[in-house]
Amino acid sequence: MTIDWWLLFEISLAGLGTGGLYALTGLAFVMIYKATRVVNIAIGEMLMISAYVFFAFSAGMGLPIWLAIPGALLVSGAFGALVERTMIRPMLGESPISSFMVTVGLSSILVGLVELIWTADQQRLPEFLPSRPIEIGEAFVSPKIFYGFWIAVLLIVVVLLVFRFWRGGVALRATASDQAAAYSVGINVPRVFSLAWVAAAMIAGVAGIVVGSIGGISSTMGVFGLSVLVVVIFGGLDSVLGALVGGLLVGLIEALTGFYIGGEYKILATFSLLVLILMLRPYGLFGTHEIERL
Amino acid sequence: MRIGSAKESYAADTALFDSTTQRVWIGLLAVALCAFPFMASEYWLYLACLVAINIASTTGLNLLTGYTGLVSLGQAAFMGLGAYTVAILQTRLGSPFVVNLLAGGAVAMLAGVLVGLPSLRVKGLYLAIATIAAGVIAHFMFSHFSSLTGGGSGLTVPPARLFGIELDDSFKLYWVIVPVTVLMLLGAVNLFRTRIGRAFIAIRDRDISAEVLGISLLHYKLLSFAISSFYAGVAGGLFAYFFRAVTPESFPLLMSIFFLAAVIVGGMGSILGSILGAVFMTLVPELLKLMVGWLPVSVFGGNVALILSPIRTIVFGSMIVLFLIFEPHGLAEVWRRIRRLFHLWPFRT
Repeated sequence: MTIDWWLLFEISLAGLGTGGLYALTGLAFVMIYKATRVVNIAIGEMLMISAYVFFAFSAGMGLPIWLAIPGALLVSGAFGALVERTMIRPMLGESPISSFMVTVGLSSILVGLVELIWTADQQRLPEFLPSRPIEIGEAFVSPKIFYGFWIAVLLIVVVLLVFRFWRGGVALRATASDQAAAYSVGINVPRVFSLAWVAAAMIAGVAGIVVGSIGGISSTMGVFGLSVLVVVIFGGLDSVLGALVGGLLVGLIEALTGFYIGGEYKILATFSLLVLILMLRPYGLFGTHEIERL
Repeated sequence: MRIGSAKESYAADTALFDSTTQRVWIGLLAVALCAFPFMASEYWLYLACLVAINIASTTGLNLLTGYTGLVSLGQAAFMGLGAYTVAILQTRLGSPFVVNLLAGGAVAMLAGVLVGLPSLRVKGLYLAIATIAAGVIAHFMFSHFSSLTGGGSGLTVPPARLFGIELDDSFKLYWVIVPVTVLMLLGAVNLFRTRIGRAFIAIRDRDISAEVLGISLLHYKLLSFAISSFYAGVAGGLFAYFFRAVTPESFPLLMSIFFLAAVIVGGMGSILGSILGAVFMTLVPELLKLMVGWLPVSVFGGNVALILSPIRTIVFGSMIVLFLIFEPHGLAEVWRRIRRLFHLWPFRT
């Protein structure tokens, strides 16, 4: 059997394209986890809400794209702040299982809201990405995935730079590494929690709009979050690098199994890999190994 | 602490029902459970059976999550394994009801031990997500091993036969499902009067300390997984006989979340909590259906069914969130508070 290398290349590119979006969403997830130690299973649904708000602004209210996107992101950010203030802050100091279950509840509420307002049917977002096919050698890449990937990469770079040099970003990293120490040097830790949720909600918002414009939006869009969950467990819950590497890798694996074995094997392949990784490295590829003491 | 109930021996202290009042109430409850099928309509009998099955499975999950502290999102998968085992045995071999049910429990138990193996290395929420993988893999097996499982269309289960009677409606099934559930509940309550149960609780509170005390983590964590998934398997078997059909879509991730939610709403680490949680979570959607039915038809353009499902989803989520924020110890705690009120009346706590 000869392998069609160009085909393999094409599939891999498509996989990496989706992987970029996984990495972006994974980044949002890791940001929340690092700052507040909450495993946010509702990340996929937060993606969905932003995509639907964008849909409402652009298709529903007829706003131009350049206004609808920042509008949707602002709403997402405000939504993130609301969630943090009403659901996450009261859970401070409770066990990790409790705050995890709160986000499970949140995801259910969001799915219900979307179905109530927009029905469960699939909708199409207005086109805003260039639609000329991209050719690399003999391989074709879908323009939406191509531009989606670069949007993701650009945003990841911007976010990483901002959190490296901006004061608020430093505060966030300080809180992530030691909450008590952060308090004692005068960092307003609850504000940092809000910041993390707002920033993560906006990042997820960008991912949501791009994912929605690639594959359409529906109330089951949150399934994307399940793959993201694999990504972050794979890379380690508290590792930004892990989210980036994991995102690309999971995207690649999904695309390859989806094409060569069959679409229904995708999720099986990623989850089996997840179990394997967890058996070998219980804290993911790059996660911090917490040392327990009595 | 109840007034005037001094314990004079250890046996009295660990007794299941510690006072005459309690025994009387339990007796009344048993009478009510026996009288229920003769008074209730078909719809309420159907609900009662469903509630009983959910109680069995929720209790199993509570043993694992509430008592041993291992969060699992794979309960539906274990139920599915039990249900498929029962369905296959019943259609292929036609073996007796009790054997099928036990076999269903045993298969789920084996799978539970297998899934539990990583729990030694993988902890906390990493474990919870690893158990999602169990669900994914189980779903894949159900839909792809078609020669055994009937593929995507699933299996149809003929009614169970017990003592020559065909259990083909809710009335007859009630007399099987409810006793089995009661038996399992008794087993669970008694488990925590033994060394095993205490070991589970020690592991939940601090697993390293427990190991220092001489509790073998491997042994007891796997045992907890085994018992929990046995409960799920038996509940799944009852599920198969009750709905008379099993498909891969009968056991989604949402169902595992439902059981975890029932454990939390009811109260982690409380058998009474599992009962209350399962009853509450099963009946609230039905109550919603009734309430939406009362609304004037014109409110939503006449299409009530269209809004019922999203409202259910929202209420389901809000219940989890509200309980965690306002009543983190669940309904069991509410129950205890009410009891205390009566015990101490006319004084207040």
